Amino acid sequence: MRETLGVAWRDLVLPAKVPDLEVPTSIAAMGACARFSLRLPSAQARAVDQAGGFALSGGVNSAITSGGSISARLGPDEWLLIGPEEQGDALSQAIEVDLDGRFFSLVDVSHRNAAIAVAGREARAVLNAGIALDLDDAAFPPGSATRTLLGKAEIVLIRPGAECVYWVECWRSFAAYVHGFLMEAAREFGPHR
Amino acid sequence: MLLVNCPYCGARPEIEFRCGGEAHIARPVQPSALDDEAWAEHLYFRTNPKGTHAERWLHVHGCGRWFNALRDTVSDAFTASYTMGEQRPDAGKEGE
Repeated sequence: MRETLGVAWRDLVLPAKVPDLEVPTSIAAMGACARFSLRLPSAQARAVDQAGGFALSGGVNSAITSGGSISARLGPDEWLLIGPEEQGDALSQAIEVDLDGRFFSLVDVSHRNAAIAVAGREARAVLNAGIALDLDDAAFPPGSATRTLLGKAEIVLIRPGAECVYWVECWRSFAAYVHGFLMEAAREFGPHR
Repeated sequence: MLLVNCPYCGARPEIEFRCGGEAHIARPVQPSALDDEAWAEHLYFRTNPKGTHAERWLHVHGCGRWFNALRDTVSDAFTASYTMGEQRPDAGKEGE
Protein backbone atom coordinates (compact mmCIF):
# COMPACT_ATOMS: atom_id res chain seq x y z
CA MET A 1 0.00 0.00 0.00
CA ARG A 2 1.21 3.47 -0.80
CA GLU A 3 2.22 5.50 2.19
CA THR A 4 0.70 8.64 0.72
CA LEU A 5 -2.81 7.24 0.90
CA GLY A 6 -5.21 10.14 1.24
CA VAL A 7 -3.02 12.57 -0.67
CA ALA A 8 -4.56 13.53 -3.98
CA TRP A 9 -2.47 12.29 -6.85
CA ARG A 10 -2.87 12.62 -10.57
CA ASP A 11 -0.54 11.66 -13.35
CA LEU A 12 0.50 14.39 -15.75
CA VAL A 13 -1.79 14.65 -18.73
CA LEU A 14 1.21 15.20 -21.05
CA PRO A 15 4.76 13.91 -20.49
CA ALA A 16 6.92 16.72 -19.11
CA LYS A 17 9.89 18.04 -21.09
CA VAL A 18 12.41 20.81 -20.73
CA PRO A 19 11.98 23.71 -23.20
CA ASP A 20 14.76 24.00 -25.79
CA LEU A 21 15.63 27.61 -26.62
CA GLU A 22 17.96 26.75 -29.52
CA VAL A 23 15.34 25.53 -31.97
CA PRO A 24 12.86 27.90 -33.69
CA THR A 25 10.04 26.60 -31.57
CA SER A 26 9.99 24.28 -28.62
CA ILE A 27 6.69 23.12 -27.19
CA ALA A 28 7.19 21.31 -23.93
CA ALA A 29 4.64 20.21 -21.38
CA MET A 30 5.69 21.35 -17.93
CA GLY A 31 5.86 19.23 -14.83
CA ALA A 32 3.39 19.28 -11.98
CA CYS A 33 2.96 22.53 -10.04
CA ALA A 34 1.02 23.73 -7.05
CA ARG A 35 -1.60 26.24 -8.22
CA PHE A 36 -4.07 28.36 -6.35
CA SER A 37 -6.88 30.58 -7.45
CA LEU A 38 -7.04 33.52 -5.07
CA ARG A 39 -9.92 35.97 -4.99
CA LEU A 40 -9.36 39.02 -2.84
CA PRO A 41 -10.83 42.55 -3.12
CA SER A 42 -8.25 44.88 -4.66
CA ALA A 43 -8.33 47.26 -1.66
CA GLN A 44 -7.38 44.35 0.62
CA ALA A 45 -4.59 43.33 -1.76
CA ARG A 46 -3.09 46.81 -1.57
CA ALA A 47 -3.12 46.52 2.21
CA VAL A 48 -1.33 43.14 2.41
CA ASP A 49 1.06 43.49 -0.55
CA GLN A 50 2.00 39.79 -0.42
CA ALA A 51 0.63 36.47 0.80
CA GLY A 52 2.67 33.33 1.37
CA GLY A 53 5.56 34.83 -0.59
CA PHE A 54 3.38 35.65 -3.61
CA ALA A 55 3.42 39.35 -4.49
CA LEU A 56 -0.07 40.82 -4.82
CA SER A 57 1.14 44.32 -5.68
CA GLY A 58 1.23 43.95 -9.48
CA GLY A 59 -1.34 45.55 -11.75
CA VAL A 60 -4.06 43.71 -13.65
CA ASN A 61 -2.58 41.37 -16.29
CA SER A 62 0.88 41.33 -14.73
CA ALA A 63 2.96 38.40 -13.48
CA ILE A 64 5.53 38.70 -10.72
CA THR A 65 8.12 35.95 -10.51
CA SER A 66 10.10 35.26 -7.38
CA GLY A 67 12.19 32.14 -6.99
CA GLY A 68 10.21 29.24 -8.38
CA SER A 69 6.81 30.84 -7.98
CA ILE A 70 4.65 33.08 -10.14
CA SER A 71 1.87 35.39 -9.05
CA ALA A 72 -0.31 36.24 -12.06
CA ARG A 73 -3.01 38.85 -11.60
CA LEU A 74 -5.82 37.96 -14.01
CA GLY A 75 -8.35 40.56 -12.90
CA PRO A 76 -8.85 43.31 -10.35
CA ASP A 77 -9.63 40.74 -7.65
CA GLU A 78 -8.27 37.47 -9.06
CA TRP A 79 -4.83 35.88 -8.96
CA LEU A 80 -3.42 32.61 -10.24
CA LEU A 81 -0.58 31.60 -7.92
CA ILE A 82 1.86 28.95 -9.14
CA GLY A 83 4.54 27.37 -6.98
CA PRO A 84 6.64 24.20 -6.65
CA GLU A 85 4.48 21.10 -6.36
CA GLU A 86 6.06 19.79 -3.17
CA GLN A 87 5.34 23.04 -1.33
CA GLY A 88 1.61 23.02 -2.07
CA ASP A 89 0.32 22.50 1.45
CA ALA A 90 2.91 24.80 3.00
CA LEU A 91 2.07 27.56 0.51
CA SER A 92 -1.66 27.39 1.09
CA GLN A 93 -1.12 27.53 4.85
CA ALA A 94 1.25 30.48 4.51
CA ILE A 95 -1.27 32.34 2.32
CA GLU A 96 -4.04 31.69 4.83
CA VAL A 97 -1.89 32.99 7.68
CA ASP A 98 -0.99 36.17 5.78
CA LEU A 99 -4.62 36.83 4.83
CA ASP A 100 -6.03 35.94 8.23
CA GLY A 101 -9.03 38.10 9.12
CA ARG A 102 -9.57 39.26 5.54
CA PHE A 103 -12.35 38.33 3.14
CA PHE A 104 -10.85 36.03 0.53
CA SER A 105 -11.26 32.73 -1.28
CA LEU A 106 -8.35 30.37 -1.90
CA VAL A 107 -8.93 27.29 -4.04
CA ASP A 108 -6.30 24.67 -4.83
CA VAL A 109 -6.45 24.21 -8.62
CA SER A 110 -3.17 22.30 -8.99
CA HIS A 111 -4.85 19.40 -10.74
CA ARG A 112 -7.24 21.50 -12.78
CA ASN A 113 -4.56 22.97 -15.01
CA ALA A 114 -1.83 21.69 -17.27
CA ALA A 115 1.03 23.94 -18.35
CA ILE A 116 2.79 23.97 -21.70
CA ALA A 117 5.89 26.08 -22.33
CA VAL A 118 6.21 27.58 -25.80
CA ALA A 119 9.74 28.82 -26.36
CA GLY A 120 12.09 29.85 -29.15
CA ARG A 121 12.33 32.78 -31.53
CA GLU A 122 9.15 31.82 -33.39
CA ALA A 123 7.14 31.28 -30.20
CA ARG A 124 5.06 34.38 -30.79
CA ALA A 125 4.11 33.32 -34.31
CA VAL A 126 3.10 29.88 -33.06
CA LEU A 127 0.95 31.33 -30.30
CA ASN A 128 -0.61 33.87 -32.62
CA ALA A 129 -1.91 31.01 -34.75
CA GLY A 130 -4.61 30.73 -32.11
CA ILE A 131 -4.36 33.82 -29.94
CA ALA A 132 -5.79 37.10 -31.17
CA LEU A 133 -3.76 39.23 -28.75
CA ASP A 134 -0.81 41.39 -29.76
CA LEU A 135 2.21 39.57 -28.29
CA ASP A 136 4.82 42.12 -29.34
CA ASP A 137 7.24 43.21 -26.62
CA ALA A 138 5.52 46.59 -26.46
CA ALA A 139 2.06 45.12 -25.93
CA PHE A 140 2.93 41.99 -23.94
CA PRO A 141 6.23 42.71 -22.18
CA PRO A 142 8.03 40.31 -19.83
CA GLY A 143 6.03 40.10 -16.64
CA SER A 144 2.67 39.96 -18.42
CA ALA A 145 -0.08 37.45 -17.80
CA THR A 146 -3.64 37.26 -19.01
CA ARG A 147 -6.53 34.96 -19.58
CA THR A 148 -7.42 34.69 -23.26
CA LEU A 149 -8.46 32.21 -25.94
CA LEU A 150 -6.26 29.89 -27.96
CA GLY A 151 -8.37 28.44 -30.74
CA LYS A 152 -11.45 27.21 -28.93
CA ALA A 153 -9.83 26.76 -25.54
CA GLU A 154 -9.60 29.26 -22.72
CA ILE A 155 -6.03 29.60 -21.50
CA VAL A 156 -3.91 31.71 -19.20
CA LEU A 157 -0.87 33.07 -21.02
CA ILE A 158 2.10 34.04 -18.84
CA ARG A 159 5.41 35.52 -19.89
CA PRO A 160 7.49 35.23 -16.73
CA GLY A 161 10.84 36.54 -17.96
CA ALA A 162 12.65 38.48 -20.63
CA GLU A 163 13.49 35.46 -22.77
CA CYS A 164 11.00 34.27 -25.36
CA VAL A 165 9.30 31.68 -23.16
CA TYR A 166 5.55 31.70 -22.75
CA TRP A 167 3.57 29.57 -20.36
CA VAL A 168 0.24 28.35 -21.62
CA GLU A 169 -1.92 27.23 -18.71
CA CYS A 170 -5.06 25.43 -19.76
CA TRP A 171 -7.55 23.12 -18.20
CA ARG A 172 -6.35 19.53 -17.98
CA SER A 173 -9.13 18.27 -20.24
CA PHE A 174 -8.16 20.88 -22.87
CA ALA A 175 -4.46 19.98 -22.73
CA ALA A 176 -4.48 17.48 -25.58
CA TYR A 177 -6.30 19.96 -27.83
CA VAL A 178 -4.04 22.88 -26.88
CA HIS A 179 -0.86 20.83 -27.28
CA GLY A 180 -2.01 19.46 -30.62
CA PHE A 181 -2.96 22.95 -31.79
CA LEU A 182 0.47 24.33 -30.89
CA MET A 183 2.33 21.39 -32.45
CA GLU A 184 0.41 21.85 -35.68
CA ALA A 185 1.08 25.58 -35.72
CA ALA A 186 4.79 24.94 -35.13
CA ARG A 187 5.09 22.66 -38.18
CA GLU A 188 5.39 25.81 -40.27
CA PHE A 189 8.77 26.49 -38.66
CA GLY A 190 10.30 23.14 -39.41
CA PRO A 191 11.21 20.23 -37.19
CA HIS A 192 11.14 20.97 -33.52
CA ARG A 193 11.82 19.18 -30.32
CA MET B 1 -10.90 42.08 -35.73
CA LEU B 2 -13.09 44.39 -33.67
CA LEU B 3 -11.32 45.58 -30.55
CA VAL B 4 -13.34 46.19 -27.41
CA ASN B 5 -11.93 48.45 -24.74
CA CYS B 6 -12.18 46.79 -21.32
CA PRO B 7 -11.89 49.35 -18.49
CA TYR B 8 -9.58 46.93 -16.65
CA CYS B 9 -7.53 45.33 -19.45
CA GLY B 10 -7.53 47.87 -22.30
CA ALA B 11 -8.21 47.06 -25.96
CA ARG B 12 -8.84 43.36 -26.43
CA PRO B 13 -10.20 41.18 -29.26
CA GLU B 14 -13.93 40.89 -29.56
CA ILE B 15 -14.00 37.09 -29.14
CA GLU B 16 -13.03 37.45 -25.47
CA PHE B 17 -16.30 39.26 -24.72
CA ARG B 18 -20.00 38.50 -24.34
CA CYS B 19 -22.71 41.10 -24.63
CA GLY B 20 -25.27 41.26 -21.84
CA GLY B 21 -27.92 43.43 -23.44
CA GLU B 22 -29.00 46.95 -22.67
CA ALA B 23 -27.38 48.70 -19.68
CA HIS B 24 -28.82 50.94 -16.99
CA ILE B 25 -32.07 49.02 -16.52
CA ALA B 26 -32.96 49.28 -12.86
CA ARG B 27 -34.96 46.44 -11.38
CA PRO B 28 -38.11 47.77 -9.67
CA VAL B 29 -37.62 47.94 -5.92
CA GLN B 30 -40.89 46.14 -5.25
CA PRO B 31 -41.87 43.95 -8.20
CA SER B 32 -44.98 42.66 -6.39
CA ALA B 33 -46.41 46.19 -6.37
CA LEU B 34 -46.34 46.40 -10.19
CA ASP B 35 -49.16 45.43 -12.49
CA ASP B 36 -48.52 42.91 -15.27
CA GLU B 37 -47.99 45.57 -17.88
CA ALA B 38 -45.34 47.44 -15.92
CA TRP B 39 -43.57 44.19 -15.00
CA ALA B 40 -43.59 43.03 -18.61
CA GLU B 41 -42.25 46.44 -19.58
CA HIS B 42 -39.30 45.92 -17.22
CA LEU B 43 -38.66 42.33 -18.27
CA TYR B 44 -39.06 42.38 -22.01
CA PHE B 45 -39.16 45.84 -23.53
CA ARG B 46 -35.87 47.40 -24.57
CA THR B 47 -34.92 50.42 -26.57
CA ASN B 48 -33.62 49.55 -30.01
CA PRO B 49 -31.87 52.72 -31.12
CA LYS B 50 -30.24 53.37 -34.44
CA GLY B 51 -27.05 54.98 -33.15
CA THR B 52 -25.45 55.08 -29.74
CA HIS B 53 -26.55 52.28 -27.43
CA ALA B 54 -25.43 51.65 -23.84
CA GLU B 55 -24.77 47.94 -23.33
CA ARG B 56 -23.47 45.63 -20.63
CA TRP B 57 -20.43 43.61 -21.65
CA LEU B 58 -18.62 40.76 -19.90
CA HIS B 59 -14.90 40.17 -20.42
CA VAL B 60 -15.52 36.46 -19.98
CA HIS B 61 -12.20 35.19 -21.38
CA GLY B 62 -10.16 37.92 -19.70
CA CYS B 63 -10.57 39.58 -16.34
CA GLY B 64 -14.08 38.19 -15.92
CA ARG B 65 -15.62 41.54 -15.08
CA TRP B 66 -18.83 43.16 -16.27
CA PHE B 67 -18.69 46.71 -17.56
CA ASN B 68 -20.79 49.10 -19.63
CA ALA B 69 -19.96 50.34 -23.09
CA LEU B 70 -21.41 52.74 -25.62
CA ARG B 71 -21.66 51.20 -29.06
CA ASP B 72 -22.96 52.65 -32.27
CA THR B 73 -25.46 50.14 -33.62
CA VAL B 74 -24.92 51.33 -37.18
CA SER B 75 -21.13 51.42 -37.44
CA ASP B 76 -20.42 48.92 -34.60
CA ALA B 77 -17.90 51.43 -33.23
CA PHE B 78 -17.34 51.47 -29.48
CA THR B 79 -17.16 55.08 -28.34
CA ALA B 80 -16.73 54.60 -24.57
CA SER B 81 -16.46 51.94 -21.91
CA TYR B 82 -16.89 52.50 -18.21
CA THR B 83 -17.14 50.44 -15.06
CA MET B 84 -20.38 49.27 -13.48
CA GLY B 85 -21.90 51.94 -11.28
CA GLU B 86 -20.44 54.81 -13.27
CA GLN B 87 -22.78 57.21 -14.97
CA ARG B 88 -23.25 57.00 -18.71
CA PRO B 89 -20.61 59.36 -20.16
CA ASP B 90 -23.06 61.02 -22.55
CA ALA B 91 -25.89 61.17 -19.97
CA GLY B 92 -28.65 63.50 -21.07
CA LYS B 93 -28.07 62.82 -24.74
CA GLU B 94 -29.71 59.36 -24.90
CA GLY B 95 -32.08 58.66 -27.72
CA GLU B 96 -30.50 61.01 -30.19
